[in-house]
Amino acid sequence: MFDYVTFTWNMEFALEILPQLLRAAWITLQATVGGFAIAVIIGLVFALLRRGPRIVSWPTTFVIEFVRSTPLLVQLYVLYFILPLYGVSLSAFVTGVIGLGLHYGAYLSEVYRAGIEHVGRGQWEAAIALNFDRRRTWTHIVLPQALPPMLPMFGNYFIVMFKETPLLSAITVVELLQTAKIIGSRTFNYVEPYTLVGLIFLALSYPAALVVNRLEARFARQRQ
Amino acid sequence: MRANASESTVHASTAPSSGATDDRDPIVRFEKVTKRFGDLTVLDQLNFEVAYNEKIAIIGPSGSGKTTILRVLMTLVEPQEGVVWVDGQPLWHREVRGKLVRANEDHLREVRQNIGMVFQHFNLFPHMSVLRNITEAPIHVLGRSRSEAEEQALQLLDQVGLGDKTHQYPSQLSGGQKQRVAIARALAMKPKVMLFDEVTSALDPELVGEVLGILRDLARDTDMAMLIVTHEMQFARDVADRVVFFDAGRVEEEGRPEKIFSEPENPRTQSFLKAVLEH
Amino acid sequence: MGFDLLPLLLRGAGITIQLTLVSAAVALFMALLAGLGRLSPFRAVRFLAGTYVEVFRGTSVLVQLFWFYFALPLFGIRLDAFTAGVLALGLNVGAYGAETVRGSILSVPRGQIEAGIALNFSAAQRMRRIVLPLALVMMLPPFGNNLIELLKATALVSLITIPEMTFEGYSLQMTTGRTNEIFMWLLVLYFAIAYPLTLGVRAIERRVSAFLRA
Repeated sequence: MFDYVTFTWNMEFALEILPQLLRAAWITLQATVGGFAIAVIIGLVFALLRRGPRIVSWPTTFVIEFVRSTPLLVQLYVLYFILPLYGVSLSAFVTGVIGLGLHYGAYLSEVYRAGIEHVGRGQWEAAIALNFDRRRTWTHIVLPQALPPMLPMFGNYFIVMFKETPLLSAITVVELLQTAKIIGSRTFNYVEPYTLVGLIFLALSYPAALVVNRLEARFARQRQ
Repeated sequence: MRANASESTVHASTAPSSGATDDRDPIVRFEKVTKRFGDLTVLDQLNFEVAYNEKIAIIGPSGSGKTTILRVLMTLVEPQEGVVWVDGQPLWHREVRGKLVRANEDHLREVRQNIGMVFQHFNLFPHMSVLRNITEAPIHVLGRSRSEAEEQALQLLDQVGLGDKTHQYPSQLSGGQKQRVAIARALAMKPKVMLFDEVTSALDPELVGEVLGILRDLARDTDMAMLIVTHEMQFARDVADRVVFFDAGRVEEEGRPEKIFSEPENPRTQSFLKAVLEH
Repeated sequence: MGFDLLPLLLRGAGITIQLTLVSAAVALFMALLAGLGRLSPFRAVRFLAGTYVEVFRGTSVLVQLFWFYFALPLFGIRLDAFTAGVLALGLNVGAYGAETVRGSILSVPRGQIEAGIALNFSAAQRMRRIVLPLALVMMLPPFGNNLIELLKATALVSLITIPEMTFEGYSLQMTTGRTNEIFMWLLVLYFAIAYPLTLGVRAIERRVSAFLRA
């Protein structure tokens, strides 16, 4: 296992590949934002469906549990290989974004559910007493109260999704990890590409996590 | 006829407390104790004494600092200024060559041995049975043998009326039962001073009586000094040798219960009692 | 229906479960080590533990996996795929677990500690007899969830050619072209392992909340 342990780092090479990696980082970010947008919408849809009649809520719950109990990688493969068989041909990037969005939409539906339930019964009853219709009850009373405390959780999931984008490399999306793989196999220098990718992730996710923590603290204080 | 002072037993074989003041040194003395939390001064140069065997009820509005007195005495919070004396020894300080310096953990534990506390929210250990809750400290802090500790625990549980609950867990008990176990747990350490921090405030009304009953028995049968922070005015009237009305960090008025409850002199005392007794 | 594919997939399932269990052991060890380390009174220990946690939480597990398998050899440390996989997964999940450990210890109710002080336990006794037992109970549900995440993460090591379930599925569909059946079975098998675990964790969660309401 150990030949000779040495520390190798070629700074010149690292700086040379950095621009390429940063461009790939941009692809990664786009995938994250796209996936997150889809997840936010699907999450809400799932959460609302689960409040419906049993004939709708049970299949929804089943889908959510199924998506959450199976690996994202396998779900990506399914979308990538099986969709074309039914005539749906999308780019790898779009397929990946949809896969990401579906998977985390299932998780976000749980966040929505908790947030909505957190809005006390009394609010619903006050809305009825004031004769609000169902739609306005949601848009003017329930959602505005449910959403702010959910923000830190959303922030967390955004960061999680950002760190999961490398899975898209398995379906040939050229994001950060795939770019590092390409550089590595071209030059046989694996250290600099993979280390830089790791550092880029760290440099982006760590400050983001600090911001989310700050948000969380602010909401914890408010709740008191 | 006073009970032997060297040990505080639940069953005193001699005359119960008569409330007469003892001319020994006070068992607890606060000397110019100040406690601040940030900008808020909760205890302000407090001078306060508790006599041996004295039962004191501390009443007052919330935020007045009455709980803080207990917490300083139980070493849960440290005062910024002043000295707290327990049975002739400084609590937060120790004497080094005639001067008082900040106490270390060992000294704190030595003096703390004299004090016990029952909390508003019981704080029973959920991962231990009722029996173990009561025996754990005697075994691991006082060094008693398991059989000795268990024998004492069973005795105490009988006294608080829970002899049949030895192997149950706290989550299986009602609030009143939990508090009675908490009292037994504190008594097992045989403290000279027992602190009760609003011990019935978290209980459903119908369970308050059973706990107050135990406190009445303790006041009558033991020669521990008892410091009882409470909102139960009738109870305070019945049980206390002295009632202390505490407000904004200082003792506003104190005296025998008959006097305080019937003819309070201080206007703050008057308005507090009026608000509390007439709602 | 593709029942003939099952034996091959199940062979991969055996490796998946092995990977999960070994990585879980590594993760548990690291979680306790780093979690307690973050609470150490020594600044250097806190710093080391903190760095480990932030680095492994802040970067992607797949990137870590590739780094251990491809970059480490260039430092002279050559790991076989299984070891690289277990190490990457264990260290990654262990970092999340460390936060759970730290959080659980810190969220033991203050009242419990005060009761310990009132009974004159020493600080070490309080830690050993009151804080740690309670913290360990509180850690069970999140650790259970970590285990399930670990199970799903094992699929990633297929990308460094470890023959676990996803790898078997992927190569099978390459050779036989029976994409639909294979992926359906793959999903069903993961679900069959993960969902009962999920139900188990939820049951533990309920027991733990009831237990702590003392």
